[in-house]
Amino acid sequence: MVIPEFCAWLENTAVGSSIRQSTWLFPTIETIHVLATVIVVGSVTMLDLRLLNIAYRDRSIREVHEDVLPWTWTSFAVAAIAGSLLFSSSATKYYHNVPFRIKMVLLLLIAVNAGFFELGTYRRVANSDRESRIPRAAKIAGAVGIVFWIGVVACGRWIGFTK
Amino acid sequence: MIESFCDWLSNTSISLTIQTVMWVIPAVQTIHILCVAIVMSCMAMMDLRLIGLAGTRRPVSAAVSRFVPWVWGALPVLLTTGVILIVGEPSRELLNPYFRFKMLFLAVVVVITFFVQRLNKRDATFWETRRILAALTGVASLLLWVGIVSAGRWIAYY
Repeated sequence: MVIPEFCAWLENTAVGSSIRQSTWLFPTIETIHVLATVIVVGSVTMLDLRLLNIAYRDRSIREVHEDVLPWTWTSFAVAAIAGSLLFSSSATKYYHNVPFRIKMVLLLLIAVNAGFFELGTYRRVANSDRESRIPRAAKIAGAVGIVFWIGVVACGRWIGFTK
Repeated sequence: MIESFCDWLSNTSISLTIQTVMWVIPAVQTIHILCVAIVMSCMAMMDLRLIGLAGTRRPVSAAVSRFVPWVWGALPVLLTTGVILIVGEPSRELLNPYFRFKMLFLAVVVVITFFVQRLNKRDATFWETRRILAALTGVASLLLWVGIVSAGRWIAYY
């Protein structure tokens, strides 16, 4: 199996071992990870709530999508880089950590859900306004997004309480 | 004074329950962070609008009246979950300088947000016509919220 060897290599790189040995690097990168994560989750939830017809009802789905998602993507890039750096500090430990694994699976499912929405459903609903009925596929995408992101945050927090 | 209060609080039965039931603190922290996500994103969108960097197709007043109510809705949940965490680990929070900074920043930003909303309600063009004041207010609010989240995370490292 190649992943355990990759983890062992990663945590012994200069980056991984500096983060592990420093007193301030881990908390600082973790703070950036949390700041970026809350923006990702909060902003994507704005779109999800629009898809569920709960928030932003006076605006088209396209407008919410255009206003909100660039911030989601930018923050996601930051969260992913910061998260990878945190992972590199103790890669083997995280690789064997159950909540970490669940979190990664949830992120994968979120990517699938988002991919389906962006490549298919979105084109049909982009111009939905106050009067438009929102198709079931879009509502499901929104609900699934919210539930899975809650799961990601819960697992992320749970990692900190496991060895 | 605060030390003895912490000692007393950490020996109450409710605190002992929170300390011994393993899942309470992570579960409450998860709810706390989810509410932080709501508040942080709403305030970032409003502050970026005040600065002129996001949602510029719509007026400032629309952003203020859209986003601020979510903050007032989430804050009681944040305070409740925060109090549960304090009751569970009183000295971890109350004797912690990061916690004190967090509360100070929070008090200031709540006052700023209140006035942003109040002035907007009185005159919908207030922030639209005062570009520099709006931008400065947006920057101050954003920095304070970033400070609140950062100090919140650093509580764990004191």
